[in-house]
Amino acid sequence: MSAEAHLAGLNPEPGVAKPDPILVVEGVRRYFGGLHAVDVEHLEVQRGTITSLIGPNGAGKTTLFNVLSGFDQPQAGEWHLNGGPLVGIPSYRLARRGMVRTFQLTKSLARLTVLENAMVAARHPWGETLRGAVFGRWQDTEKANEQQARETLRRFNLEHVADDYAGSLSGGQRKLLEMARALMVGPEILMLDEPTAGVNPALTQALLGHITGLRDDGLTVVFVEHDMDVVQEISDWVVCMSEGRVIAEGPSDVLAHNPAVIDAYLGGHHGEVPG
Amino acid sequence: MDWSGILVESTRSAIGVPAAAYAISAVGLNLQFGYTGLLNFGHVGFMLVGAYGMAITVDLGGSMWLGLMVGMLLAVLLGLLIGIPTLRLRADYLAIVTIAVGEILRLVVRSRFAAPLTKGIFGIQRFAGEFFDLNPLPEGRYGIGNLRFDQRTMWVVIVGWVVAVGTTLLVRRLIRSPWGRVVRAIREDEDAARSLGKNVFAYKMQSLMLGGAIGALAGAYLAIDQQNVGPDTYIPLLTFYAFTVVIIGGPGTIWGPVVGSIVFWFLFEFLDELMTEALVAGWFGDVLGSTDVGPIRFALFGIGLMWLMAYRPAGLFGSREELLIDER
Amino acid sequence: MVGRVLAAAAVAGSLLALIPASASAGEGVASITGTLENIEGAVRTPVPGVMITVSLDGEPIGSAVSDEGGEWEVEVPGPGTYAVELDVSTLPEGVALTNPNRSVLPAVDVSEGQRKVVRFNLGPGTGSTVGTWARVWGLFMIGLKLGAIIALSSIGLSLIYGVTGLVNFAHGDLVTLGAMLAFLFSASPVGPEWHVLLATAPALIIAGGLGGLQEVALWRPLRQRRSGMISLIVISIGLSFVIRYLILVVFAGLPRPYRDYAVQAPIDFLGAPIVPKSLVVIVIAAAVLIAVGLFLMRTQMGTAMRAVSDNSDLAESSGIDVNRVILVTWIVGATLAALGGILLGVTEQVQWDMGAKLLLLIFSAVILGGLGTAFGAMIGGFVIGVTVEMSTLIVPIEFKTAIALGVLVVMLLVRPQGLLGVRERVG
Repeated sequence: MSAEAHLAGLNPEPGVAKPDPILVVEGVRRYFGGLHAVDVEHLEVQRGTITSLIGPNGAGKTTLFNVLSGFDQPQAGEWHLNGGPLVGIPSYRLARRGMVRTFQLTKSLARLTVLENAMVAARHPWGETLRGAVFGRWQDTEKANEQQARETLRRFNLEHVADDYAGSLSGGQRKLLEMARALMVGPEILMLDEPTAGVNPALTQALLGHITGLRDDGLTVVFVEHDMDVVQEISDWVVCMSEGRVIAEGPSDVLAHNPAVIDAYLGGHHGEVPG
Repeated sequence: MDWSGILVESTRSAIGVPAAAYAISAVGLNLQFGYTGLLNFGHVGFMLVGAYGMAITVDLGGSMWLGLMVGMLLAVLLGLLIGIPTLRLRADYLAIVTIAVGEILRLVVRSRFAAPLTKGIFGIQRFAGEFFDLNPLPEGRYGIGNLRFDQRTMWVVIVGWVVAVGTTLLVRRLIRSPWGRVVRAIREDEDAARSLGKNVFAYKMQSLMLGGAIGALAGAYLAIDQQNVGPDTYIPLLTFYAFTVVIIGGPGTIWGPVVGSIVFWFLFEFLDELMTEALVAGWFGDVLGSTDVGPIRFALFGIGLMWLMAYRPAGLFGSREELLIDER
Repeated sequence: MVGRVLAAAAVAGSLLALIPASASAGEGVASITGTLENIEGAVRTPVPGVMITVSLDGEPIGSAVSDEGGEWEVEVPGPGTYAVELDVSTLPEGVALTNPNRSVLPAVDVSEGQRKVVRFNLGPGTGSTVGTWARVWGLFMIGLKLGAIIALSSIGLSLIYGVTGLVNFAHGDLVTLGAMLAFLFSASPVGPEWHVLLATAPALIIAGGLGGLQEVALWRPLRQRRSGMISLIVISIGLSFVIRYLILVVFAGLPRPYRDYAVQAPIDFLGAPIVPKSLVVIVIAAAVLIAVGLFLMRTQMGTAMRAVSDNSDLAESSGIDVNRVILVTWIVGATLAALGGILLGVTEQVQWDMGAKLLLLIFSAVILGGLGTAFGAMIGGFVIGVTVEMSTLIVPIEFKTAIALGVLVVMLLVRPQGLLGVRERVG
């Protein structure tokens, strides 16, 4: 069954349960001073789908990402990945468990080469320890990782720059690199924070192609997006946030006509008219 | 102006004991700062701990080799103690804490309170007999032309550079491994490293402890040469010598510490000799006296450090490419 | 460039000057010694159990307790000028210094291999071995004085950090610079030899100017070149060396006092002996701190400084000229540091590294109060000053600075943003 088929027939209400949720978020609250940055009652993400997270600026999307991936601590709430609880677990452990995220402002490891960027994301249980580094014998895994890294880079059209410093790449290439890197971690769910921001239209298409490719391979993707065209083009499901809360969710065509969503964008403080 | 004399003395300084010692110290600091991005302004504290650990062990009846182990172990512990609370802090806070810890150590070691163990302000002397007993060189002077060392100094110099190269090779091995790649990633962006599943705290801690142990080795080495440890040697100035050496040679390069140390000590001595000669030759007239040579040299050192950081943060011989993409 | 030429003009720092402080292997053949006797008329009774502490350059290097014969001896590491202090709290009941204000001999010269004899005159005490209250209160007052000086010196560091993000390791040397400039205009034979109060004016103006010059010629260009924070910190270290050692060349290594107010007799202030100049320092500092506070809260520029300190991007988009604010911050910060230096010089002596020694205390104060807030620096300054001085009630004097540093370390563990700081900035 395709992703959309799983989601067909679901009632588009905020917090609706999904047939096979990979991620379940409950009662997560994060406030700063008196401001409720995030206040999500209940949210489920269907396995193997592409979900976009939309909403005006300041809606709490990145904050939610930060909380779910361990880069910020909520005041309350819990969330589960494949049934396993994730509260209180540090960000690097969450990444190892499969909760992998990218950042709004691309964090390329500038003084590492593109290949090194990809390889550092791979797992190397012996070579990455101090004892392993001192006593050696990590070459075999390293070779295997390198092969995998090159394949991944090839997939994202970055193999020809493998030996260049990541800092010398263009903005679009860096986005691709960050995605390639995230893939090397071996994610169960990939959380992309504005993957197309600042990327030219041609490259955007390529990126979207990669994202749908990943979904077709069975990966679950959640991404924050502002461009409604992009949202409508590839999303299997859309979640809309405003002022920290989930105000609507459903297929993209349903949400485009949802009055609450329209209100949030038009009537909100920093609204962006969906286009 | 005795140019050949100036050059000989400068070269002597460039390959002598302090140069070797600071090469070793810089290898450690380079691991912490150059490769991991830790702003350790208390490196002298590790040197102190290494020197005192060794001296006190010998004073209490142990062998010097045991003392060396003790010194390095203490440095590892110090790294742990400093690291646990502070590695989560930002670079500038880490700088302040480390400089404070270095000074606290010096004050404690200096105190009457600790004197039964550390001999307070008088320090400990004559603990390195075992080292000098190993000297295979027969009596005589070794070197070329006017650049000669006696057999005692020659031995110390040889051992020093062997250790400097040895620790450099160790660091090279580490940096070229997957461990080293993670460390370099952490230097670039900690959050990115975390998002890739790396336990940033653990790596920083390992780097701090290992770099500290190497620093302790440097401190012990210097103490062996002097056959003396005293608290007022271990002032923050020594940390900044080490920083200058690291920066000259290029932070985050393998041979930077060794090269940097040679260049630094050459220049340092060169300036001293040059100014002394110039003074004698009357270039400065009455304005400056011989006691001013040292201070002026230090101020020039300060200017040099400033210039380096502003214009050559990747080292005197730093790669242009790295310089261009240095986003920091 | 200009800044660095200026800096090049300042060059000093002698290994030679460091030598007296460096421990050489010297067997302590030299020493300071004495015999304590309670003299009542013709009767001389030895006084045992009294502690004498010997210090060099403000750091204690040894002490001794008088034995049954009233004799004491402290070895010193070599020739030099030492301070010898009798701990009056260790005097037995009924015995006191005949001159209670002479518990410290500040300048005892010892030459190579000399056994220098010094004298403390003791006589029957009128039950006035300084009682605990007087001691506590007295230390508190001294703590306030030190705290006032630290507070003044720290505001600049904190504000500069707030508006530019730079931790200026050369800040201590700005303190020394202020004291030095005042010395130039007052006690120095090459200057106009004014009264130190009058000398303060040009000293402050020049210091403020140098602060502004530093910003314009050095820090602003570096910021524009997008130099990273780490680079800037290391550059400030280099600058500190330049300023400090230049001062050493000009001033030489020995500490020297201002001519005015150098020696004063203590007065009784609410039960404790205190030198009048300490009180004056506290009052002056308090007045200036209040003025600074009002400036920050009530004036447009002050508000702008606080805004930039909080969030410079937001401030800029509100129309504030950030570069101008930064310039003013540097000028104000440098001026306050200079004032702190002058006051420090008045209460102690002027020395090439006096500010550098203060720097760690300044850091403690600023971390305690919160890096980036002026009010934090003020509170932190006073707390550190009082803590450092009053700690001697419980802890040996030699650990005074270590105590302050301990506070700094603990603060960073427990609450890194300081008492008044904001959480998010730190890690």
